[in-house]
Amino acid sequence: MSIAIALAGNPNAGKTTLFNELTGARQQVGNYPGVTVEKKQGTCVSEAGTFEIIDLPGTYSLTAYSLEEVVARDYLVNEKPAMVVNIVDASNLERNLYLSVQFMEMGIPVCLALNMMDVAQKRGIEIDVDKLSALLGIPVIPMVARTGKGKNELLAQVVKGIDKPAAPLLISYGQDIDKALDEMEKIITANQFLTDIYPARWVGLKYFENDAQILELGADRDKETAGKLMDIGEKLHRHMSATLDTHPEGMIADQRYGFINSVLKQNVIRFAHDRNRLQRSDQIDKVLTNRFLGPLIMVGVLAALYQFTFTYSALPVGWVEGLFSWISGVTDAALPDGLLKSMIISGIIDGVGGVMGFVPLIMFMFLGISFIEDSGYLARMAFMLDRVFRIFGLHGSSVMAFIISGGIAGGCAVPGVMAARTLKSPRERLATLLTVPFMNCGAKLPVYALLVAAFFPGKQATIMVILTLISWVGALLVAKLLRSTVIRGEATPFVMELPPYRFPTLKGLWIHTWERTWQYMKKAGTVILGISILIWAMMTFPGLDDKTKAQFESRRTAITDTAPAEVLTEIETADKDAELSPEAREVTSALAGIDGQESLTRLENSFAGRIGKTLEKVSYLAGFDWRTNIALVGGFAAKEVVVSTLGTAYSLGDVDPESTDSLGERLAKSPGWGPVTAFALMIFTIFYAPCFVTVVCISRETGSWKWAAFSVGFNTALAFALSVLTYQVGSLIVN
Amino acid sequence: MTVINLRQMKRNQTGIITSVKAQGEMGRRIRDMGIVPGKEITIQGRAPLYDPVALRIMGFTLTLRNNEADYIQVEVE
Repeated sequence: MSIAIALAGNPNAGKTTLFNELTGARQQVGNYPGVTVEKKQGTCVSEAGTFEIIDLPGTYSLTAYSLEEVVARDYLVNEKPAMVVNIVDASNLERNLYLSVQFMEMGIPVCLALNMMDVAQKRGIEIDVDKLSALLGIPVIPMVARTGKGKNELLAQVVKGIDKPAAPLLISYGQDIDKALDEMEKIITANQFLTDIYPARWVGLKYFENDAQILELGADRDKETAGKLMDIGEKLHRHMSATLDTHPEGMIADQRYGFINSVLKQNVIRFAHDRNRLQRSDQIDKVLTNRFLGPLIMVGVLAALYQFTFTYSALPVGWVEGLFSWISGVTDAALPDGLLKSMIISGIIDGVGGVMGFVPLIMFMFLGISFIEDSGYLARMAFMLDRVFRIFGLHGSSVMAFIISGGIAGGCAVPGVMAARTLKSPRERLATLLTVPFMNCGAKLPVYALLVAAFFPGKQATIMVILTLISWVGALLVAKLLRSTVIRGEATPFVMELPPYRFPTLKGLWIHTWERTWQYMKKAGTVILGISILIWAMMTFPGLDDKTKAQFESRRTAITDTAPAEVLTEIETADKDAELSPEAREVTSALAGIDGQESLTRLENSFAGRIGKTLEKVSYLAGFDWRTNIALVGGFAAKEVVVSTLGTAYSLGDVDPESTDSLGERLAKSPGWGPVTAFALMIFTIFYAPCFVTVVCISRETGSWKWAAFSVGFNTALAFALSVLTYQVGSLIVN
Repeated sequence: MTVINLRQMKRNQTGIITSVKAQGEMGRRIRDMGIVPGKEITIQGRAPLYDPVALRIMGFTLTLRNNEADYIQVEVE
């Protein structure tokens, strides 16, 4: 029988390190039911026994204000783990104990894992462990989670402490509150008000703290009792603000710290130096957050992260792409031509391959971000940039997601959306998630390259700078718009710890990176596969009727029949790369022309083609004809598909997105195309619906399809409005 | 000895918190991090755009936006 224990503690106290140390690779990551808070579970097999360990979200407190804290609290009361292992940072004991006190108030069996004893010692902090344990009345085990020191003692202590019921800790919150609490406790016990779940006094405390979750639960259960408690709470609130110029909620927090202070003051902790003395970490900060050097270094770090993610991942991305094109080639050779082959190659292999191609990118990105986050630098970035991002209703930490998504042209919104996980404030996070797809990801670049080469020759750099600026300004303004409308609400308080710089552990980095990547890969095999097949079907069906097919076939036969026999033999026997005679080349290009026209007709007739034709009725306002429309519909699969679909739509057959010279020339000569149309199309490409992989990620990260649908609808509407504006105003100026 | 607002404190200045006026979520977040009356704080620095502010309390570093610091009164020398 395994023993269930919950790991809890402040962020940066070493909770994840201890969890990794205890469970190794035996972890499962999921979500708590109904919310997007990550739930990590693992098994620990040791001499002391087998343990089932839950890693609760890192929190500073147990209020109802944040989802993480509610989740942690609910888990403890509903699942009743045998023991809470509360990991506390010995070098930052006073603040860490604030959470411990709240566990003890709830009457939950808790044991303290006093982590980072080595760091504390180095800083001249001496802790009397036995005395601390005696004064708090709970076991305290000194340890160093990074090296695993103290791990076995901790587990042995957990086994020893099981089945010893813990009584809720009673501390004095001052005369006024204590008296009112006594009164409440009587009412609560007499009416058995929520006492099946929580200790009576704790419920009273929550009424003073205006805890939304408990107030709601209470009103649901027993309106009358809840009303009485509310009255007592309000009376006390009025009394305290009149006589003491304070309020119960503030007083309770003050008194918790007062209790901690009274414990520590009894010679539990001794400082060899002034504890606010500058540590090495603060000296590093003098440079890294310096008014002038800080921003410069930050630009360097972001550039390095970018370089690391996108340059070094190019090689493995190439392997994955090579693997899939090999599979595709083998399938091509093995299967007879037809719908099944087309679906397997264009729908399944290209679709899944396209998604798997992102895997190395995501791994590198998470490795880089985990390093920046775990080392403590991310908090400094948020600190330096917060003033700027706050103007737009975002948070300093939003910068990472924007950069990864293509804030420096060439990123990718898929890892960008996932990078928004580092944001802890829910509204700011949502606004970030929804605006990062406006950045210029790597897949939009071939579209720009094509259009710039054809319509703005020699101005590549200027146009790229303009497009980058437009995407940033657009994203920030949309963020502001969202934060003042659909995601309206007060800014989440910034109050944030700047943790000491630490060198991340390799094991931690690896586990972190791998679990995120694995989650993404699982998604690729399910939802993304389905959507990929759907897009393929839209561009394939209903296909050509037999009569049209026969027409193309007869045109082909007409050419092969009239060609001299030796030319046909030459074409059949020639190597792929061999130079053909001029006569033979004429024949092959004539045949390719007919093939191109056939795929154009097929595309025109497909569902996507019909959508494109229908949309032409409105899209002409932005200067887009039905061919462009189909290409943009195809771009929902992946933005670079815009280029290859345009190729088909202009009957060039397959066009390699990497070499688009001929397509560019063709576009430049086509009627209806000009610099204004091209620019309007680029504007549309920046802002319209994210590719479906990003959409799937948005739905996953926000926990609802609603926001994913919103990003498709809203972004496309916005893109259309902006491109119409560009086209109409541009046409006026040019003409 | 004068009581001033945390926003007005200078770099490296030390003081004792006398009161925290914020209520609700902001009040709770501030207090959870140990900003309660009686604690000593030292201003460690400000971000390049002068906001937020970084301060030292109970041996660790905490950052606050200026509009959050407005709720905190500090007694300084």
